[in-house]
Amino acid sequence: MKVLVTVKRVIDYNVKVRVKSDNSDVDLANVKMALNPFCEIAVEEAVRLKEAGTASEVVVVSIGPKACQEQIRTALALGADRGIQIETEEAPESLSVAKLLAKVIDEEKPELIIMGKQAIDSDNNQTGQMLAALLDMPQGTFASEVKVEDGKVSVTREVDGGLQTVALNLPAIVTTDLRLNEPRYASLPNIMKAKRKPLDVKTPADLGVEVKAHTKLLKVTPPAERQAGIKVGSVDELVEKLKNEAKVL
Amino acid sequence: MAILVIAEHDNSTLKGATLNAVTAATQMGGDLHVLVAGAGCGAAAEAAAQVAGVSKVLVADAAAYEHQLAENVSKLIAELGKDYSHVVSPATTTGKNVMPRVAALLDVAQVSDITAVESADTFQRPIYAGNAIATVQSLDAIKVITVRGTAFDAAAAEGGSAAVEAVDSVHDAGVSSFVGEEMAVSDRPELTAASVVISGGRGMGNGENFAMLEKVADKLGAAVGASRAAVDAGFVPNDMQVGQTGKIVAPELYIAVGISGAIQHLAGMKDSKIIVAINKDEEAPIFSVADYGLVADLFEAVPELEQKL
Ligand SMILES: Cc1cc2nc3c(=O)[nH]c(=O)nc-3n(C[C@H](O)[C@H](O)[C@H](O)COP(=O)(O)OP(=O)(O)OC[C@H]3O[C@@H](n4cnc5c(N)ncnc54)[C@H](O)[C@@H]3O)c2cc1C
Ligand SMILES: Nc1ncnc2c1ncn2[C@@H]1O[C@H](COP(=O)(O)O)[C@@H](O)[C@H]1O
Repeated sequence: MKVLVTVKRVIDYNVKVRVKSDNSDVDLANVKMALNPFCEIAVEEAVRLKEAGTASEVVVVSIGPKACQEQIRTALALGADRGIQIETEEAPESLSVAKLLAKVIDEEKPELIIMGKQAIDSDNNQTGQMLAALLDMPQGTFASEVKVEDGKVSVTREVDGGLQTVALNLPAIVTTDLRLNEPRYASLPNIMKAKRKPLDVKTPADLGVEVKAHTKLLKVTPPAERQAGIKVGSVDELVEKLKNEAKVL
Repeated sequence: MAILVIAEHDNSTLKGATLNAVTAATQMGGDLHVLVAGAGCGAAAEAAAQVAGVSKVLVADAAAYEHQLAENVSKLIAELGKDYSHVVSPATTTGKNVMPRVAALLDVAQVSDITAVESADTFQRPIYAGNAIATVQSLDAIKVITVRGTAFDAAAAEGGSAAVEAVDSVHDAGVSSFVGEEMAVSDRPELTAASVVISGGRGMGNGENFAMLEKVADKLGAAVGASRAAVDAGFVPNDMQVGQTGKIVAPELYIAVGISGAIQHLAGMKDSKIIVAINKDEEAPIFSVADYGLVADLFEAVPELEQKL
């Protein structure tokens, strides 16, 4: 079974991003970038399927400027077999990403597609579901457990009230949640090996997709700052303040 | 053109998040219709018809919609949605699962998790774990929107008298099936709707110690939440996670116990009205957003707090 994994280059999760002073966007100059943590979980899951003998090949795809090849290499170092970069100026909107991925999937014909549930920059949580709709495939979003058996995939999903399990016909799309697995670290030899793994570069034109804007970013502003509070010296003082000052008790 | 709000329900009752989505939809302007798709969902439809401001309730009652499987429900919503200016749903896990599929079927963008409506086509939404607020204009004819519940007041559940109309269209994609679920049962208020929330983090040490927080919660009528670290460690179930990638809460009072205050956690609770932090490390970042910080060992402070309430 061929597995396709999508990876997005995003700001490192430890960095607190700042808004540009002209409010046009956030400032990403000289900011540490990384593999989106949910995509890292997706890569790990695919590699485990390969190690278990369920998957035969793991292909990773990233859409963005040349720099996103770094994240493809990271995925290759974690155990993926080959990479595809779709070169665009910046990361396009989700619907365009989904359309580009749909074309790659038409060519590659994977049986399972694993994506992150959310990119931690845009916080959209939508690309996997859009791709599933375009391909008319079933989806198992926010997965905390994935089991492939008898031509189906069973996915346990983290939902608001607890956990839900669905069975999906293959090919299917899975999006990862935090508890699906704990990604490994790439070893130095594997990082070296990854440099020699194949990485194809394509353009939206190669795939016959027109990257179109459906939304316009009018401005980006910092959130309302909270006023710094006070430290209380005891539980008594805390209860007194909550009763008489904040009036929430 | 009218606005279609997708109801969140369990076939018998309407979920509170629907009411917040109705308020957001009202601000977009236009006649308000609500879709209740489910199986044996007549009671939920009746409840939706009572919601103030709603003029029509569409009910799609079919076995294929019982568990809100995205493959089936999205086709129904996309079919109906063609005749609306906006299709709006709460940004719950159900809405997040279904709505992007609807958007793709309609060949439009989805504007996710909005926190303000500026006009019929312009919305605010947090990005980068709430460290920036984007103002986004939709260029599509049909706007597909999910709504962050904590950012909008709930519409009145009573007072409306909408017409209820059956929709016959049944879409069964036949590619997915519901196997089972493990839902948390609790007498406490729901996390996202509670007016007081007390959350525990890694500092709690284990799951049993959450009983200390439950005792406080019982006295305050509070919901109990957790940080990712507490969920990952298996102290408590996943549905208690508050944060960027968990639940968003904004109660009158939020009490963070043994939580350091990582940006991903703050993203889920920093719009709370009053924040209390109890942490033994006076340098913990949680104190930078807390109205009242108590530097103390939680194993002493929490039982004392419970006693003094
Ligand atoms: C992609 C991604 C998504 C994430 N999403 C979320 C999310 O949605 N929600 C979330 O919460 N996190 C999320 N995180 C994780 C986040 O980065 C932090 O790791 C997490 O919030 C830390 O949890 P914590 O504060 O409980 O643990 P820690 O950071 O370990 O803090 C424990 C705190 O307890 C205090 N403490 C210990 N013992 C005691 C004691 N006896 N008395 C008093 N205080 C004590 C310590 O001083 C410390 O400050 C995410 C991370 C990533 C990468
Ligand atoms: N530019 C991109 N390149 C590759 N994968 C992407 C891209 N954008 C989104 N994805 C995938 O879609 C997931 C969800 O992203 P989003 O819907 O933007 O929150 C991510 O975790 C990725 O797996």
